[in-house]
Amino acid sequence: MNSLLYIDGVTVSFDGFRALDGLSLVLAPGEMRAVIGPNGAGKTTMMDVITGKTRPDAGRVVFGADTDLTALDEPAIASLGIGRKFQKPSVFEHHTVADNLLLSLAGQRAPRRTLFARESAAERLRIEAILGTIRLTPYRDLLAGSLSHGQKQWLEIGMLLAQDPELLLLDEPVAGMTDAETAQTAELLREIRGTRSVVVVEHDMAFVRALDVKITVLHEGSVLAEGSIDHVSADPRVIEVYLGR
Amino acid sequence: MRSRSSLLTFTLILGAALLIGALNLAVPPGAAMHAPDYIVSLAGKYTCYAILALALDLVWGFAGILSLGHAAFFALGGYAIGMYLMRQIGARGVYGSAVLPDFMVFLNWKELPWYWHGFDMFWFAALMALAVPALLASLFGYFAFRSRVTGVYLSIMTQALTYALMLAMFRNDMGFGGNNGLTDFKDILGFPLAAASTRVALLLASALALGLCVLLARFVVASRFGKVLVAVRDAESRTRFLGYRPESYKLTVFVLSAAMAGLGGALYVPQVGIINPSEFSPANSIEAAIWVAVGGRGTLSGAILGAVLVNLGKTVLTGALPDAWLFVLGGLFIAVTLFLPGGIAGTWFIRKPRGARAPAAGVREAAP
Amino acid sequence: MKASIRAILLIALVLASPLAHAQSHSDARESHSDARALLASQRYDDVREGVHTLAASGNPNAAALLTALRDGRLFFASDKALYIRGQDGRLTTESGHPAPDIAASALHPVRVNNAVRRAADAALGALNLFAPSATDRETAAAAVFQTRDPALLPALDRALAQEKDPSVHRAMEQAWAAVLLSSGSGSAAERLAAVAALRARGDLESRAILASLSGQPPELVEASGQAVRAIDRDLQLWNLAQNVFYGISLGSVLLLAASGLAITFGVMGVINMAHGEMVMLGAYTTFVVQQAMQAYSPGLLNLSLPASVPLAFLIAGGAGVLIERGLIRFLYGRPLETLLATFGLSLILQQAVRILFGPTNRQVAAPPWMSGATRLGGLTLTWNRLWIIAFAALVFAGLMALLRYSSLGLRMRAVTQNRTMAAAMGIRTPWIDALTFGLGSGVAGMAGVALSQIDNVSPNLGQAYIVDSFMVVVFGGAGNLWGTAVGALTLGVVNKFLEPVAGAVLGKILVLIALILFIQRKPRGLFPLRGRAAEA
Repeated sequence: MNSLLYIDGVTVSFDGFRALDGLSLVLAPGEMRAVIGPNGAGKTTMMDVITGKTRPDAGRVVFGADTDLTALDEPAIASLGIGRKFQKPSVFEHHTVADNLLLSLAGQRAPRRTLFARESAAERLRIEAILGTIRLTPYRDLLAGSLSHGQKQWLEIGMLLAQDPELLLLDEPVAGMTDAETAQTAELLREIRGTRSVVVVEHDMAFVRALDVKITVLHEGSVLAEGSIDHVSADPRVIEVYLGR
Repeated sequence: MRSRSSLLTFTLILGAALLIGALNLAVPPGAAMHAPDYIVSLAGKYTCYAILALALDLVWGFAGILSLGHAAFFALGGYAIGMYLMRQIGARGVYGSAVLPDFMVFLNWKELPWYWHGFDMFWFAALMALAVPALLASLFGYFAFRSRVTGVYLSIMTQALTYALMLAMFRNDMGFGGNNGLTDFKDILGFPLAAASTRVALLLASALALGLCVLLARFVVASRFGKVLVAVRDAESRTRFLGYRPESYKLTVFVLSAAMAGLGGALYVPQVGIINPSEFSPANSIEAAIWVAVGGRGTLSGAILGAVLVNLGKTVLTGALPDAWLFVLGGLFIAVTLFLPGGIAGTWFIRKPRGARAPAAGVREAAP
Repeated sequence: MKASIRAILLIALVLASPLAHAQSHSDARESHSDARALLASQRYDDVREGVHTLAASGNPNAAALLTALRDGRLFFASDKALYIRGQDGRLTTESGHPAPDIAASALHPVRVNNAVRRAADAALGALNLFAPSATDRETAAAAVFQTRDPALLPALDRALAQEKDPSVHRAMEQAWAAVLLSSGSGSAAERLAAVAALRARGDLESRAILASLSGQPPELVEASGQAVRAIDRDLQLWNLAQNVFYGISLGSVLLLAASGLAITFGVMGVINMAHGEMVMLGAYTTFVVQQAMQAYSPGLLNLSLPASVPLAFLIAGGAGVLIERGLIRFLYGRPLETLLATFGLSLILQQAVRILFGPTNRQVAAPPWMSGATRLGGLTLTWNRLWIIAFAALVFAGLMALLRYSSLGLRMRAVTQNRTMAAAMGIRTPWIDALTFGLGSGVAGMAGVALSQIDNVSPNLGQAYIVDSFMVVVFGGAGNLWGTAVGALTLGVVNKFLEPVAGAVLGKILVLIALILFIQRKPRGLFPLRGRAAEA
């Protein structure tokens, strides 16, 4: 099978506590996957392993044909085309919205390049386009620090889009959003679906349902169940550990 | 600060230096408008301090690296030029040796250590004044930034660095004059250091160097590089997930800043006429940090303003109330951090966009 | 040479004297009066003879007479009666009774030259070997070891034969061996035994005597060569042990200075550049307490140090609470600003002390129980170092116990680990912050009491320790008190071992560089806190 991301038996321990326990997961190109699970199931640790923040004790993470991500560090992995949105919105608060996007645009990352880089017309157009997508056009020259919580979440999604990654990792993209914002975000994600692979970690079951994608349920560091929303919500073990009766 | 305003800063600095020079040389002593010699040398000193402040602001204000060892780079630049000035003394020293500086004759050394060779040429010494601090900064920075040492840990390490250098320079067998350092200079490029015209020329050179440093710093912080730098300062790990390598950004700016500090030191030494190991003392580096904090870190003109204001206060107070100066300096540290985190420039001069806050280098990383 | 042979003979007589004394009282009496005649002679040779006769006479006052003679305080009258002028200038008879009124002109000093003095010294040495007090005998044996006067050999033989105290016996044996080997006398077997005795003593002087043996029978040269090598090995080991002791001593000083910092920086994460000034406050408290005691209760002066400990803790701790409430609490979460503000504070405190007490060093006297040294094998252990090591261990243990077992410690740990949760549990976190900071500062103040004993009490006292203290805490791993202890001792020992090799300054630089490199490899120190907690 042709996979974009193949997590193979990954184990991570913190002082004897197994955050990930032989986790395996396969993601096809262009697929969107929702990952759910109770607190401590290892959702964030999984993202840390994929993006190079945490090195696994055992197992491999293969990206594309044969790139082993566990041997690379964060910038190298990001440059391969893997973007990550954090649970807590993480934008550059002292930069304007437009500059946040400018810094995220795919391009040269070495200091000697950025020192002499000038904003090209193509870049400006791309930024305007993304501003439109994330509905922040009126705020382009505001400092990101002054945005509302939901707007920061969107800006961060916009920064991910600007990176033009093959794989997007979204950690609780709708946490702290109003219902209207959540609905808009689901719509946004559906728009980008198909063009790239996306892994969404969420607690909000309504949001997950709205995404209408294959779901992986994590529990105690490994996969408990996988399948459609109806399939997993009918699984008695999932109900037991996560959804509740 | 837009590029037009940095041109304005450049013009102001140069204009002030020209004015003081002209008032010193062209107006006869005794006339009301005459600028006495000590004003020239004070202005020259402040200008060099301002270069140091600018260098520190570049790393602290824009990259969040509070270096407590910048005085070391300043002093290294000073020693490089000091070595040139020592060689220029030649046979006019107390012991009359054409090659060996006095302190070496005194220590009974027979020949010049290898690392003193070449310092009889001005261009070489000038190059070393930039290269040696840059080299030290790149060595130190390479290790420190690669292992992701940040925040106060990095500050303490830079402090230990300058402390170690100070201890080393105090030793006679290092070959840099030990305790007494390098002094008794006679002339620079053939011009006697004691002459008023040489002093004015040195002031103008310092002012020009400061102005050019402002333009360079302006270019750096306004570039995309500078934006990445601020991003690294505010959320280092976020930049990593965008594919940037914060360590190479920090290293680049750290090395640039060290060379700039070296330039400041190189211009400083001929004007004060001495360089000794106490220039490496950790307290000097921390004092430079307070200039930047008072003026407003993250703003280029603020750093310069802070260096001049604090040193002006020091000059006035140590003359009038010597005991009070340290209280005032200590009080400044506390007052600025508590009540004026943006410094003077950050609080009053900069019109902030809506919702903007004073830049705080100590902001915790937003990313988990 | 002739004189010395005669001396040997005569001293052999001395040795016989206790016996002879008992046997024939009249003989002794006779030799005593001989001695008087000889001492009154104008010829130095006769006087020397007199010294020997006196020493051999068994006269119980012989020691006093010989001492007076050596110091030129022995006089004779026209009737040959001897008088001693005491240190206070008063004349006494031989037996120590006040002398009758004699015209000063009737008294003549016993003539003394260097040869006579040497003879008196040797005779005194021999006499002391039979002194009633074991300490005196041991001192005498040690003196013989130093002078190595061959004339004393028979005396030693005799003293050895009757000595009961094992430690004095050993000292005499060593003295005997030294005299024997350096004078070149004795049988081959005796000389081998002497080599063994010196080997057992094993110090530098023994080594020097052994190494100087030459032109001897091959087996003796062989034996002495082996002994020298063995001594060298021993000395190296002792040297090593001594260095370890110095290292531990320095380490305990570092530990004292760093313990407080381990709380404020390590546990709370507050970077306090005025920490060194808390140490300085403690040292000045000690100074003030000592001055006050000198003025008001000189009888208790020896206790001024222990009395200063709680006071220094309270003063520095109180200052700490004030600093936390007045400054640091506004700066939580802004470490670089905290660094700058507390540096400013340290400038102010230094300057305040400079104005109050003057810029010069102040002396804090050491109480008698802290001065002097004790020997342990080849080690010299000074009492002040030993006390400081003990004090550091005590302070550290107390701190550990407080954090681990007291309810205050529990609350402190709760607040530092999870502030919001602790607050939700009803712990008054601001109050705990202030107390924790006060505790760290107070410990620094106690360190100041100890440092007043080994360092100059000056306004710059704290500056000398601040960089080292931070290094210790960072090296050991912030937040880990055990790490601080291990870090301090390691740094202390490493420093002391580098010093002889590289010199004090270069050694310090090397340690700093090594530390910088170490932090590169392990940014979280020797004993990092692991897991998710450390990531936050």
